[in-house]
Amino acid sequence: MTTDVTTASAASIAEAFADGDTTSVEVTQAHLERIASVDERLNAFLHVDAEGALATAAEVDARRAAGEELPALAGVPIAVKDLINTAGQPTTAGSKMLEGWIPPYDATVVTRLRAAGLPILGKTNLDEFAMGSSNEHSAYGPARNPWDTSRIPGGSSGGSAAAVAGYEAPLALGTDTGGSIRQPGAMTGIVGVKPTYGGVSRYGVIAMASSLDQVGPMARTVLDAALLHEIVAGHDPMDSTSIERPVPPVVEAARRGDVTGLRIGVVRELGGEGFQPGVQSAFDRAVEQLAQSGAEIVEVGCPSFAHGIAAYYLVMPSEVSSNLARFDAMRYGLRTVPHQGASAEQVMAASRDAGFGDEVKRRIILGTYALSSGYYDAYYGSAQKVRTLIARDFEAAFEQVDVLVSPTAPTTAWKLGEKSDDPLSMYLEDIATIPANLAGVPGLSLPVGLAEDSGLPVGVQFLAPAMADDRLYNAAAALERLVDTPKLEEVR
Amino acid sequence: MTALVAFEDALTRYDPVMGLEVHVELNTATKMFCSCATTFGAEPNTQVCPVCLGLPGALPVVNAKGVESAIRIGLALNCEIAEWCRFARKNYFYPDMPKNFQTSQYDEPIAFDGYVDLTVPAEDGGEGETYRIEIERAHMEEDTGKSLHVGGATGRIHGASHSLLDYNRAGIPLIEIVTKTIEVPGEKAPAVARAYVNYLRDLMVALDVSDARMDQGSLRADVNLSLKPRGSDVLGTRSETKNVNSFRSVERAVRYEIGRHAGILDAGEKVVQETRHFHEADGSTSAGREKSDAEDYRYFPEPDLAPVAPSREWVEELRRTLPEPPAERRKRLQAEWGFSDLDMRDTVGAGALDLVAATIAAGTTPAAAKKWWLGELARRSNETGTEIAELGITPQQVAEIQGLIDAGRINDKLARSVFDGVLAGEGTPEEVVVSRGLEVVSDDGALSEAVDQAIADNPDVADKIRGGKVQAAGALIGAVMKQMRGQADAARVRELILEKLS
Amino acid sequence: MSSSAISRDDVAHLASLARIDLSEDELDRLGAELPAILEHVKVVQQVAGDDVPAMSHPIPVTNVLRADEVRTGLTPEQALSGAPDAEEQRFSVPQILGEE
Ligand SMILES: [Mg+2]
Ligand SMILES: [Zn+2]
Repeated sequence: MTTDVTTASAASIAEAFADGDTTSVEVTQAHLERIASVDERLNAFLHVDAEGALATAAEVDARRAAGEELPALAGVPIAVKDLINTAGQPTTAGSKMLEGWIPPYDATVVTRLRAAGLPILGKTNLDEFAMGSSNEHSAYGPARNPWDTSRIPGGSSGGSAAAVAGYEAPLALGTDTGGSIRQPGAMTGIVGVKPTYGGVSRYGVIAMASSLDQVGPMARTVLDAALLHEIVAGHDPMDSTSIERPVPPVVEAARRGDVTGLRIGVVRELGGEGFQPGVQSAFDRAVEQLAQSGAEIVEVGCPSFAHGIAAYYLVMPSEVSSNLARFDAMRYGLRTVPHQGASAEQVMAASRDAGFGDEVKRRIILGTYALSSGYYDAYYGSAQKVRTLIARDFEAAFEQVDVLVSPTAPTTAWKLGEKSDDPLSMYLEDIATIPANLAGVPGLSLPVGLAEDSGLPVGVQFLAPAMADDRLYNAAAALERLVDTPKLEEVR
Repeated sequence: MTALVAFEDALTRYDPVMGLEVHVELNTATKMFCSCATTFGAEPNTQVCPVCLGLPGALPVVNAKGVESAIRIGLALNCEIAEWCRFARKNYFYPDMPKNFQTSQYDEPIAFDGYVDLTVPAEDGGEGETYRIEIERAHMEEDTGKSLHVGGATGRIHGASHSLLDYNRAGIPLIEIVTKTIEVPGEKAPAVARAYVNYLRDLMVALDVSDARMDQGSLRADVNLSLKPRGSDVLGTRSETKNVNSFRSVERAVRYEIGRHAGILDAGEKVVQETRHFHEADGSTSAGREKSDAEDYRYFPEPDLAPVAPSREWVEELRRTLPEPPAERRKRLQAEWGFSDLDMRDTVGAGALDLVAATIAAGTTPAAAKKWWLGELARRSNETGTEIAELGITPQQVAEIQGLIDAGRINDKLARSVFDGVLAGEGTPEEVVVSRGLEVVSDDGALSEAVDQAIADNPDVADKIRGGKVQAAGALIGAVMKQMRGQADAARVRELILEKLS
Repeated sequence: MSSSAISRDDVAHLASLARIDLSEDELDRLGAELPAILEHVKVVQQVAGDDVPAMSHPIPVTNVLRADEVRTGLTPEQALSGAPDAEEQRFSVPQILGEE
């Protein structure tokens, strides 16, 4: 294998293993070296586990040498968002609250990575407890966009996106509650997938908003994402919301990539005004290419999507306020004693003030309000009704078309600090990604080149009905062949 | 603090409005939302996992047996069973609750709108009165951990420097059973409250869904009480006396709160809405947490758990597993056994109903079973302060002893000695008879000698019998029995005396 | 709390419900930010009628139940491994107020 093993796709690395051209130790070592050389600038990793990754790599190599039949991606290293529990390795959720916390158990997705023989390089940076679209809300400093390190990599899975885009890892796991895989995917020019809600286990993934969270793959190619999807997806009895059905044939779809006769709906509400011209034109070009390769393009109206952000910023903080109540300094995590003889109640309040950052506090307070007596119906209750309307929009749309498309995000990556004073303007960035989370349907963001105006990556989002994740991979694989996938030459 | 008003005095001016909330800890093998064991009294933090410790990332999964028990309890309380219901999160911070929300049910309980009919025994021992208690709801939830307060006096929270938490109990399934307002004549309120909790205990045991031990906290009662002035419709402010832990305490707590509320109202003051703690030692209550607007649990449907929609087939299948309701069973048994009301009340009061039933099932007559359990064994239970069921003798053993009597191998007096031996752990009744040499003498040779001796020793008595005064034989029988140290068959002795003196 | 606005005092009350000891500065800032956010999200009240059911779970499954079978959990050492303080195999916490 060449020296640029770090720029190779996971699928081609796996092929090289099979051909005996390289070893997992060699590939893992190369990625660890890449991390050592660029992560000071990217801050994609919060924790690197060189020893553990190399041990897994060596074990896989030994098994392969012994002639054992191994899973498809055995030996291909991966980075894991630091919201996902890894037994024996720190898991911080990007928060001071969990600094130094070492979970005593693995998330189900990590158990599956281990069973599939993927060396885990380390844990990636994120907005604190996954709350943010820029990674600036990490308690450990923002991850940076490899295309321009003065810019955000998107969030909240910004560390995973930066690591994959910056060639520190061929694969990463992220989590997506309102776009947190797809939006950073778009910002950094990689593929990011939010599977169907219930398609991938949430057990051991630190909860942000339980009815919206999903774990998903991040990679540089559609096929790589599908290969990783297949490893982590599938029913888990430890997660009551996990769907008890076979994983959709995503790998097969990613290899197929044929849109001939496919009905593709352009979502009227997700484009035009409010979308950066360079984003819009890259998107229009991609739709044109899909049409030219045999897809049938129609415009579809999803009127309730306009209320998605409003519903999301009630449902999500409500669930956040409850899910994050457990961080109280009693059993684990940061304990701040405000004064001698302080009571448990005072220690809880002081620790939560010291341990949580501004965005987390903002959402907890907002959610506490939305659920409080007298306001529940007006806020949380109404927002849950809007979800029903959005789900109905999807249903109606999928009666007309097989998949929907839109730009993944209204803009390309912005400058660090540019939106941090105005939380609302940051929230508006999620307009295109949120409907999928509210309705539980899958979404994929595919890089389709660089915007003419900013010179930064643009993503196109595909949406499909629940448990039809394979349609996303099929359509995206077709478009992937047609577009000029942005190639990062060097971290700038 | 205002003065307490005497119970009877309070009732001349106020009517109590009462509600009871009972928490029943289920006897499932595992917790409600995780697969940890539920063994009582295990070493601290040995029955915990990421779920019941509320570790980051952990998710709940519902215990099917917990739902099944909830439905069976609901059916036994004559409730409707929800066709579809959800769990809800009840959000509040407390260190013994790992997630700082309790997974419970809110506006969609699994069981609702039921009732029970219970009989409260009359004080004079006469026919009791029957009351219908309406059940508002029975819902599923989870228990909290246990805290041990260190540095203060005897584990009390006041003055403690810190607390130590054990989460073995956290997550054990609870069914909370809530009554509608119970409006009964004021003087009956304490007894009705007690009878209701007692009824639930018996029901839970009959259903085999809970140990229902108030002393171990697997059945806990909260008493909600307010007063309204006689003839008024205006409801008063209520107090909630929490975790009252015996039947007697339930009764005392109701009495005390009636007197306390009356004192406050008489003084023209306002009752504070608060939780109160009951004190076993003097039967009083004291203020706990004040309930105010700040008490906002922010309930919402638990997104991590799927709704529960028990099929009607399942519900009907479970209905068929219900035991006979305790009251109906008592009525049936009373008729079958021919017990008087008083016999029946004594049997139930002694906690011996199941024991008597099992003894009869083992072949003893109802009269004999009653005689031993309510006589000999009830006396021993009282003397030693041991629950009758815990004395250490089984219904089968009692039946075996009666069998020995019926076979003429021992008599009633010797039987007491057999009970002594069995209770002392000397073995089965048969073994005790043998090892203590208790068998009656029916060998006519030895008996005949003893009779002759008695006749010789009591010539006057013998003459009377010869003269036709047969009832005088008793004195001679007594003499023979004394000589034989009780080990003689009295009937045979009588026969021999009459033979010899006729 | 009025339905249209949320005051600094409201924020203080919410912070106490949420057990966060917010500083004066934080109360000021959130007191200014939250009304703007609520102004934007309150549109949900006008969108759906009474006939629209609220969605609590995106995937319509029911009766996800588990058999009542014991499985090994954590050892006490694992359970207590992240504890800020422990004693006698229990989690040690500061004195708890308000309850008996
Ligand atoms: Mg309760
Ligand atoms: Zn557990």
